[in-house]
Amino acid sequence: MFKIVAARTVEALIALLLMSIVIFFLSRLTGDPVALLLGDGATEADKIKLTRDLGLDQPIVIQYLTFLGKALTGDFGRSVAAGNQPALQLIMARLPASLSLAGVALAFTMVVGILFGVMAAVRHNSAVDIAARLIALVGQSVPSFWLGIVLMYVFAVQLGWLPTSGYGRWEHYVLPAATLGLFTLAAITRLVRSSMLEALGSEYIKLARVKGLSESVVIWKHALANSLIPVVTFMGTFFAVMITGAVIVETVFSWPGIGRLAYESILARDFPVVQAVVLVITSLFIIANLLVDILYVVIDPRMRSRG
Amino acid sequence: MADATSGANPPNAVLAAISRFWTSLDWPLRIALALLVVFVFVAVFGPWISPHDPLKGSLRARLAPPVWQDGGSWSHIFGTDRLGRDILSRIIAGARISLTVCVLVIAIAGVLGTAIGTAAGYFGGWCDRVLMRLVDLALSFPVILLALLLGAISGPSFTNIIVVISLTLWSQYARMARGETLKIRNEDYVDLARTSGLSDRVIIWRHILPNIAPALIVVATLQVGIVVVLEASLSFLGVGVPPPAPSWGSMVADGRSYIASAWWLCMVPGSAILITVMAVNLLGDALADRINPALRGRNIQ
Repeated sequence: MFKIVAARTVEALIALLLMSIVIFFLSRLTGDPVALLLGDGATEADKIKLTRDLGLDQPIVIQYLTFLGKALTGDFGRSVAAGNQPALQLIMARLPASLSLAGVALAFTMVVGILFGVMAAVRHNSAVDIAARLIALVGQSVPSFWLGIVLMYVFAVQLGWLPTSGYGRWEHYVLPAATLGLFTLAAITRLVRSSMLEALGSEYIKLARVKGLSESVVIWKHALANSLIPVVTFMGTFFAVMITGAVIVETVFSWPGIGRLAYESILARDFPVVQAVVLVITSLFIIANLLVDILYVVIDPRMRSRG
Repeated sequence: MADATSGANPPNAVLAAISRFWTSLDWPLRIALALLVVFVFVAVFGPWISPHDPLKGSLRARLAPPVWQDGGSWSHIFGTDRLGRDILSRIIAGARISLTVCVLVIAIAGVLGTAIGTAAGYFGGWCDRVLMRLVDLALSFPVILLALLLGAISGPSFTNIIVVISLTLWSQYARMARGETLKIRNEDYVDLARTSGLSDRVIIWRHILPNIAPALIVVATLQVGIVVVLEASLSFLGVGVPPPAPSWGSMVADGRSYIASAWWLCMVPGSAILITVMAVNLLGDALADRINPALRGRNIQ
């Protein structure tokens, strides 16, 4: 078990390293940062000075190593747009808003999705099942930027029940979390439903029933325990969906998180911040996948006995 | 109710096959298929059936409501936008953009992913390990951010979004192609082909690819919806199809600030996306069920 965890960790570190190379070269090879920073009215002397200041006269490999060394110590350069603040500081200030929104959305989708999936499987082909299938279909088809606007229009503009945007109180979470969560809700409902249907038809469930266990124990303990394994395997994907979705949902609802920071810094062509945000989000992504892999080893007894 | 054409003794075999296929579908699938046919028809013949020029508007007719609202008229069925451009015509032009992006992305990602996945599965060993690490890497890159990064560097462009979406989606073909290739790599007919001295290239082309094709077609179908939504999302954020081309996503973005006064600016293109993607997903699921039931419920990325 320890061996597997160690191997996964090394893999995650390699992925992170590769990712930093991709991000570094993407932003270096496709544009000249000097021209970008100085604009059109710059003199030749300015350009030469800035090139030297930024270390751009060094070989590209040295430049990458410098970038990596600084990034490892948390130095991603300073924001060009937001008053010369360090890029990492800007991100850290925005991170709690993003994480809390994703946390609320994920908790809500897990609870509702599992409940819905189990009920749909137990009452196969009933009204609940049809409703669950409909939600799964719509949830996987609706584009989140549009869903956000529709929810905002209905519940904030027309009905006036909830605020259109803002951050701080619980009311502010409802619409963005619902928008961010619907896709994952649909996915979890589908996964739980199909694996519960499979589990309910299996031998060990028949055995549990023959043993005389009550129906609720059979469903909620025996069948569900096995049906949750696919949900756990897809947790990394769900997190990925939430993070990429955050860029859109935070933009629609003016949520002060890193997703909107990424969007704003791109509009402002604020390069150091863009680079840092992409790297931070990708790291979160890789770390989440690593945690899911480890969790998987812990909960699945077949994996535990190996290695 | 049985379908009318099935009883009418169709004149030739093609029609018979089509009608047999049609009667084998249940009602939701028939509606989905019909909607998809409309989508493709509109996308292909758009310039000839569009009632107005999607790019030219008249300022006198700006923000006209759709026909069923007070003040609406039949000349602009879905109303007009803030520059007086006809929304129906823009939806039709947007369908063309969506379909073009879908076809290009699925072709590029499909060829790339299939080549990599088949090679990994067929040759195995270090080739497999290296290629599959590459797949993991591609899976762990947030698409929207990559698109934003590229968009920020070189500005929104059609090529950019094709590249970005293809770069994210090829890995799904690679995984599927590898898994399917592993399943049949040691079948008797492949062994026989190998011992009879055929080259690896010929074996892959003639014996492996035809057998893994159905699974790859399912992946492609399930991806259509993803591509449409991704393209719309990127265009919504301003890093997709550059204006003034009427992508459905940028139409929603345009209408956002008019949501309280002119709701149709957002609702019409949004509904177009929702309906198209729902139709494709319904059909994709049904196809997956028929070709390979094990795939069901797994298309969540």
